[in-house]
Amino acid sequence: MRFERRDQPSAVLTLLAPVGAILAALVVAGGLIAIAGANVFEAYGLILKGAFGSRLGISETLTRATPLLLTGLAAAVAFRARLWNIGAEGQLYMGALAVAAVAMVPGIASLPGALSIPLCLAAGAAAGMALLLVPLGLRLRFGVDEVVTSLLLNFVAVLFVSMMIEGPMRDPLAFGWPQSVPVPDSALLPKLLERSRLHAGLLIALAAAVVVWWLQSRTVFGMRSRAAGLNPRAASFAGVPLGRTLIAVACLSGGMAGLAGAVEVMGVKGYVSTDLSPSYGYSGIVIAMLANLNPIGVIGAALFSAVMFVGADSMSRALGIPSYIADVTVALSLLTMLVAIFLTQYRIRR
Amino acid sequence: MTRVLELDGITKRFGSVTANEDVSLHLDRGEILALLGENGAGKTTLMSILFGHYTADAGNVRIEGQLLPPGRPRAAIAAGIGMVHQHFALAPNLSVLDNVMTGTEPLWRLRSDRRAGRAKLLALSEKFGLKVDPDAMVSELSVGECQRLEILKALYNDARILILDEPTAVLTTQEAEGLFNTLRDMAAKGLSLVFISHKLHEVMSASHRVTVLRRGRVVAERRTADTSKEELAELMVGRKVERPSRTDTARGRVLLEGRDLKVGGKGGASLKGASFKVRAGETLGIIGVSGNGQTTLAGLVSGLYPPDSGALLVAGEAPRRHDVPGAIAAGIGRIPEDRNTEGAVAEMTTWENAVLERIWSPEFSSRGVVKRAAARAATEAIIRDYDVRGATVDGRIRLLSGGNMQKLILGRVLTADPSILVAAQPSRGLDEGAIAGVHARLLEARGRGAAVLLISEDLDEVIALSDRIQAIAGGKLSPAIPADRADARLLGLMMAGDWSAARAIAGEGEGEKHHAL
Repeated sequence: MRFERRDQPSAVLTLLAPVGAILAALVVAGGLIAIAGANVFEAYGLILKGAFGSRLGISETLTRATPLLLTGLAAAVAFRARLWNIGAEGQLYMGALAVAAVAMVPGIASLPGALSIPLCLAAGAAAGMALLLVPLGLRLRFGVDEVVTSLLLNFVAVLFVSMMIEGPMRDPLAFGWPQSVPVPDSALLPKLLERSRLHAGLLIALAAAVVVWWLQSRTVFGMRSRAAGLNPRAASFAGVPLGRTLIAVACLSGGMAGLAGAVEVMGVKGYVSTDLSPSYGYSGIVIAMLANLNPIGVIGAALFSAVMFVGADSMSRALGIPSYIADVTVALSLLTMLVAIFLTQYRIRR
Repeated sequence: MTRVLELDGITKRFGSVTANEDVSLHLDRGEILALLGENGAGKTTLMSILFGHYTADAGNVRIEGQLLPPGRPRAAIAAGIGMVHQHFALAPNLSVLDNVMTGTEPLWRLRSDRRAGRAKLLALSEKFGLKVDPDAMVSELSVGECQRLEILKALYNDARILILDEPTAVLTTQEAEGLFNTLRDMAAKGLSLVFISHKLHEVMSASHRVTVLRRGRVVAERRTADTSKEELAELMVGRKVERPSRTDTARGRVLLEGRDLKVGGKGGASLKGASFKVRAGETLGIIGVSGNGQTTLAGLVSGLYPPDSGALLVAGEAPRRHDVPGAIAAGIGRIPEDRNTEGAVAEMTTWENAVLERIWSPEFSSRGVVKRAAARAATEAIIRDYDVRGATVDGRIRLLSGGNMQKLILGRVLTADPSILVAAQPSRGLDEGAIAGVHARLLEARGRGAAVLLISEDLDEVIALSDRIQAIAGGKLSPAIPADRADARLLGLMMAGDWSAARAIAGEGEGEKHHAL
């Protein structure tokens, strides 16, 4: 068996790749469910029912998809330019903390929402950017591999958040729980549905996906960032300023991740704690890959992950299968997607 | 003579493209066979089938009468075939001996028998006059030495049939001569060789017999002694090809001038003081052995970096910004030395590659938004006007052959009507037909009044296209001599850094000028 490079990956295959990858991941995970002693079809049925079967299910799925969409965009936009941002988790936490910090500024509570919400969102995005500019600066200045630095900064960021919310930013009214001072009502995102957790962050995330797509495919910046990622030598010969382009990409990527944290605080939690993100940042990497780094595809991939997570919770309550099956399935889909991407580019020959 | 290799009716298709159709050829012991053909004629595919990288759709390969199982490189190696690829397959972080021994011992052996390996390598090196130091790191070897090592690697595997894929593509003239001497020596000692080439003078000087491939078919087979360059050229291309030649043009004022330019260690070798002048309607040829600073000079004029000292004047003035957009805005058209790594982003579309270097201009973008329709239309025009075959506006540029890639690059540069053209190694790796096309375009630009700076390692090219010639050696430029005074011997001296004769000729020119005044 050997692999031959396809001249031009067909559009159909490229579109089918994530579908095939997800199906393959579901089949393998199905094996695990069977081993755990449950009916596979019943389990998957319950997952779908849990995610879509009720008003609560749908709103929870969409709520869950919101931060995943933003972290997925953060990874997709960076990976396109071959900037390996593995630090979305840390950037998310810094974004969240920045919102809490802004909320502590005296007088913020009395501002109208039309001012305080954009202010908080901007602060969150800026904090995410700042955290990613550190590893990028190290790469541009000293050639340090950003995979390592951005990954390790995640732990630094989470511990920093922990320090702040147990120290200077701790909520004195939280009965000793390590959580930040709550965000004032005026800075909370409006709900999209009554009596649910679904909030306007979803619209922000969807808009972000469209904006990122437009930036990448229609603007000079997008063309330059792709060129810089695909072939830095040719890009610089064509006059693309590599450093500046990467900085702009990092701002966009870190900004998306920071925004994810901000939106999560302002829409769901209302305060910052260290259990804010169940690895949204890392899941973003999987989602970006599943989407083949396409910003519009990120919407679908984020939805898939959210369905798995929310559905698996309710399925596990009914069948007693650990809800970790969702993590397993999403992780598997990353592996199957890598295979699928390979197969879109190569054909198998005997 | 004994027949050592026989290919019979080989056919190979990739999708709708037929790379080889019913190709048959044979090789005798002690013979050097040249496989001649233009880029894309199917030479490399054929040899890959022989070596087991690809499986043929039809036909078979016999080695010393034995059928070779298809698709198994290991079987090919065991049968005594050695392949020296165009791009070296060496690990730069290992020593020469390690590179040679890699893959020759079973993986599960705990100790590697380096003593025996070293003895064998040295014996081979002695026998064929291929000098190597077994303990040198590959990263420290020159290109010529790497090639020698590749050959030794094949011989170490007891190859009796050696296939060399465009072996001189990366060598200087002198290194190529040395290689051919080695090949002749090896053939005399009983090895059989196939070398793939599209360069006629090599084929004429090194081979016993020539098989010509065109569009995947064998079109002719000749004994080298019974044929000529002209006949081979015609067989290879399928029609008569003549390189265009220079006619006199009116020269104008100095458009590009370098004054004692110095650049340290940017694109490789540093530039230690380069002065030159190019007038409108004139081509200045810069000849030199690779690694003497021409890459740095090309990068400097292309705007990739500013000089450390000295001045680069465009139409008598120093450009305000010394960067790529500044250079392009000043009217400098740039043909990069390496079209694949510098000239194009392989995974982007043709139209993106065509406009990327001028994307900032109002023609192709406004307020940061790409004018896709305009960019596509411009690309369409380039594809049409410059006859870029195989290109579609939205297709990946990776699929283009070298010659068509160069046409696209020429197109994107020349449609902007540059007043200065920097062409670095513009025909490197191209076949005869494509070279003629490139030369015609360069002459056309000169005829329109552009100042052309041609940087090349190809003597014929420089002599044919240039009005004046300077050699680059050790980062410095020689005095300029008129092209009609240039011959291979004089240019050889100049490239070696001996400028006394060039200085005398240049002095004459000055004298005449004064006389005329």
